[in-house]
Amino acid sequence: MCLGILGKIVSITTNGLAAVDFDGIKREVSLMLCPEAQIGDYVLVHVGFAIRRLEPEDAQETLRLFREIEESYREEKPGAG
Amino acid sequence: MRKNPGQAEARLAPLLLKEITGFAGLFDQPLRLMEVCGTHTVAIFRSGIQSLLPNAIELLSGPGCPVCVTPTAEIDQAIALARQKNVILATFGDLMRVPGSSSSLQQEWGEGSAIRVILSPLDALQLAAERPDHFVCLFAVGFETTSPTIATAVMEAGSQGLTNFYLLSSQRLIPPAIRALLANGMAQIDGFILPGHVSVIIGEAPYRFIAEEFGIPGVITGFEPLEILEGIYMLLKQKKEGRAAIEIQYRRAVAVEGNERARAIMAEVFAPVDANWRGLGMIPASGLALREAFSYLDAAQHFALPYVEQGDAPGCLCGAVLQGIRRPPECPLFGTQCTPEEPIGACMVSTEGSCAAYYKYGGRP
Repeated sequence: MCLGILGKIVSITTNGLAAVDFDGIKREVSLMLCPEAQIGDYVLVHVGFAIRRLEPEDAQETLRLFREIEESYREEKPGAG
Repeated sequence: MRKNPGQAEARLAPLLLKEITGFAGLFDQPLRLMEVCGTHTVAIFRSGIQSLLPNAIELLSGPGCPVCVTPTAEIDQAIALARQKNVILATFGDLMRVPGSSSSLQQEWGEGSAIRVILSPLDALQLAAERPDHFVCLFAVGFETTSPTIATAVMEAGSQGLTNFYLLSSQRLIPPAIRALLANGMAQIDGFILPGHVSVIIGEAPYRFIAEEFGIPGVITGFEPLEILEGIYMLLKQKKEGRAAIEIQYRRAVAVEGNERARAIMAEVFAPVDANWRGLGMIPASGLALREAFSYLDAAQHFALPYVEQGDAPGCLCGAVLQGIRRPPECPLFGTQCTPEEPIGACMVSTEGSCAAYYKYGGRP
């Protein structure tokens, strides 16, 4: 039940609501729990509420360890990969 | 955002699996890792991760499925509420088919009770505004991910001056349930794949006791297959290094401190109370009740709903399954009397339930 869906804020109205684009489907989302979110930000949405604004650098962080592992394999087998 | 997730997975998953398999070979005993959250259970089954892992790593489903842990007595309360005159019960769809002691919300709906499936707590507020001649009661089930949204709806009801909105709070908190599992010592757990979206709200600190008091590592993990593999990798790395700490794999969404604003709203509206969990029994300070200032919205009080404790269905092993003590196929009812079409236990009703996932995707016997 704790599903979170990633969407992009396309507009914000004055009463703390935003229009959020989920891969082409637009829904109204409350920003009450995430008031710092701005137009253009990616937010994690749960039951109609943005619960977290995602920093682009955090998104990169996800793959940081993957890359480290990948690098370690490259070093083991020069020229491979 | 990843541009080519398919490519990244095809390249990185084999490397991660190779690392994981290498680590797993270092231990004499199989390692038992519990994914606490039902959303992880579904992601793990759907992606077939368990079948890719070496046999020395066993994944156990935990108590993190809100529908599964809601006791029969609270389903009965929701049913009693839906039967009241002039009441509209607003509920998340997952709860419709959960059997109460003699009926379900779905059955009540079929018999004419006013029950509305909502996607957001704000839908319940809108319903209350549109139907001033009815009492709109929100059946609030969920963990820390959902509670701040319920709390916001409660505050909004006040600021919108709605006098026909009520709340039946059946919310639960994750860290006390993990503590209860560890304290009773029945499930042998070597590491925790900790919930991603609960942690977006609560952050890292509430889990530290797992490492500090019980010496067990935990990794807050995302829901993509690669993220789950990385979470498992991080757990095994800790085991190999003889460490026990709470780490975050799901950094793109989880801040160490969580969402402080969400927690503040939650704390303003709700106070922790002892609560009953299906299969786990009473757990101290693991539920949420409306604080005094908001108690006039309490549907259980206003409509004088009785709380009658009920045992699980005879033969149903849901309780042991939720604690990681037994696996779904060990239940005598699994797949015979109890199926997703005709569920007996809540773990088969919820799509996030361990039994439903086993039934749909298959799993190790």
